[in-house]
Amino acid sequence: MLEQSRPARLTLRVVALGYLALLLGIPVGVVLYRTFEHGIAPVWDAITTPAAISAFTLTLEVAAIAVPLNTVLGILTALVLVRGRFRGKAVLEAIVDLPFAISPIVVGLALVLVYGRIGWFGPWLADHGIQIIFSLPGIVIATVFVSLPFVAREVAPVLREIGDEQEQAAATLGASSWQTFTRITLPAIRWGVAYGIVLTVARCIGEFGAVSIVSGKISGETETLTLLVEKRFNNFDLAGAYAASALLAIIALATLLAMTRLNPRKDHQS
Amino acid sequence: MITVENVDKHYGDFHALKGIDLEIASGSLTALLGPSGSGKSTLLRVIAGLEVPTSGRVVLDGRDVTNLAPQQRGIGFVFQHYAAFKHMTVRDNVAFGLKIRKKPKAEIKEKTDELLRVVGLDGYQQRYPSQLSGGQRQRMALARALAIEPAVLLLDEPFGALDAQVRAELRTWLRRLHDEVHVTTVLVTHDQEEALDVADTIAVMDAGEIAQSGKPRDLYDAPSSDFVMSFLGPVSRLGEGLVRPHDLEVLLEARDGAREAQVVRVVHLGFEVRVELLLADGNGTSADGVGASEPVVAQITRAEAAALELSAGDIVWVREQLGTRGADGPKAAAA
Ligand SMILES: Nc1ncnc2c1ncn2[C@@H]1O[C@H](COP(=O)(O)OP(=O)(O)OP(=O)(O)O)[C@@H](O)[C@H]1O
Ligand SMILES: [Mg+2]
Repeated sequence: MLEQSRPARLTLRVVALGYLALLLGIPVGVVLYRTFEHGIAPVWDAITTPAAISAFTLTLEVAAIAVPLNTVLGILTALVLVRGRFRGKAVLEAIVDLPFAISPIVVGLALVLVYGRIGWFGPWLADHGIQIIFSLPGIVIATVFVSLPFVAREVAPVLREIGDEQEQAAATLGASSWQTFTRITLPAIRWGVAYGIVLTVARCIGEFGAVSIVSGKISGETETLTLLVEKRFNNFDLAGAYAASALLAIIALATLLAMTRLNPRKDHQS
Repeated sequence: MITVENVDKHYGDFHALKGIDLEIASGSLTALLGPSGSGKSTLLRVIAGLEVPTSGRVVLDGRDVTNLAPQQRGIGFVFQHYAAFKHMTVRDNVAFGLKIRKKPKAEIKEKTDELLRVVGLDGYQQRYPSQLSGGQRQRMALARALAIEPAVLLLDEPFGALDAQVRAELRTWLRRLHDEVHVTTVLVTHDQEEALDVADTIAVMDAGEIAQSGKPRDLYDAPSSDFVMSFLGPVSRLGEGLVRPHDLEVLLEARDGAREAQVVRVVHLGFEVRVELLLADGNGTSADGVGASEPVVAQITRAEAAALELSAGDIVWVREQLGTRGADGPKAAAA
């Protein structure tokens, strides 16, 4: 790294920290402060109502399905994008970014148009007793869609950076494709994967727009944590809204911490 | 023995290998030598199975491996940029192939320790590749390739990323290692000095073809073309043919077959002296233009130079020394 003089280093730090504090620290701090303003008891009550517990469980369920799915798919997509040689790669690149480009509300509406009662597959699905919109599958599909690109987008540059020589070396040493993947590629990209997972988790539990359209917001059934926060806020139950928000923030922080602890040997990655 | 039969490789419209035929004897150390882009790496990778030839066959010890994956060929491959497994210790790097082969733990440990001793990395078992120097990394890569006891060892410019001194050291060391282990070795290089130094056979490549292959001495003394001659050491154009600096005689008066020239520069290189000359009537022309516009270079001993008392600006006469190859030129010599 470039040498910097002491005052320059201090100024840089103050500016960076100040910016973070203003944009991130203060709002989050206020939420936490307001949450615990009157002690832990009211917070506990607010997050242990049947509706809150149901919303919490639903959010975790959705994340538990969407995150592993998008992790596996994301790594596969990144491998195809970086290692593959085929026509139409540019098209695939664009498709991967689509969920970033489209507003979640539009995603929600599109899902309703495809799977809803009057949508393309609606009648067929109804005949077979499958409900997607206003139930768990719809919420999962919406969440998977909006959080699709994170892992792929984090892993692809790492894959490009490490190149394929290590993989070729493993092949000449007798490793099968699967052995090469698990012993060479995966350890080399684990930081990209970990960071992609953190972003995916954050997006999955924080998703609002698409989910609010496909879920139907049935309290105790299809209401996720973010939807609960919105409902309480609209009903002037500010303390309840803050408590639920704090819960969201804590889940996000916990994933972040879990991921940074994933590998203590990161120093040896040159 | 490695046999490459009529191998072609196309990359789209680009013809990277053109009907390569090559035999590499068991236990030999062969250098694939050629300019950048001549297809050396491509040929090596075809032998390794990392690249599939468009047509032709690759036979290793009588086994047709053309359609076999690299995993099944029993080869060791060393890359220019080491391809070290960065997240593994030196020991785990070297043990990789043995672990894949599910060898017993004790055997793996014994073997890796022995190999690390052979390559001079004893005591570095617990380090990570990022904690090694370039030369050490390459020796680790070599130990890793040798661990699986490959039938053939393929090296793609293994010392290309190292500085001149380490490079010279490592190639001497490679030569000694080869004399001990006797594994059939193919070394890609674009450095003629390296090839002449370590190889017992050299195949010179030019634009996807083998220009000539044989013993280093034969190639040096009887190159089949101007290209091969100019690639194996410095040459100058003198009239019709190419000559090596050592084969030039510098005279102070006109003699039979000598050409008038002016001394441009005199460079003292320790025991020898390099004299750069401009011919009075120009260097002559050739179809490929090799050495056409550069000064003629003669290399003479210090004693000779002292006797001639040369300095820049002097007018002298040069001719090809009698009793070397004669004035026939390389093509005639090979015929
Ligand atoms: N994957 C590829 N796609 C298209 N062309 C390629 C590919 N790999 C190599 N080539 C071309 O084939 C030719 C031979 O390449 P190769 O890597 O074998 O050269 P080389 O003799 O090893 O050169 P160098 O000394 O620079 O490594 C080059 O012109 C190169 O551009
Ligand atoms: Mg090459």
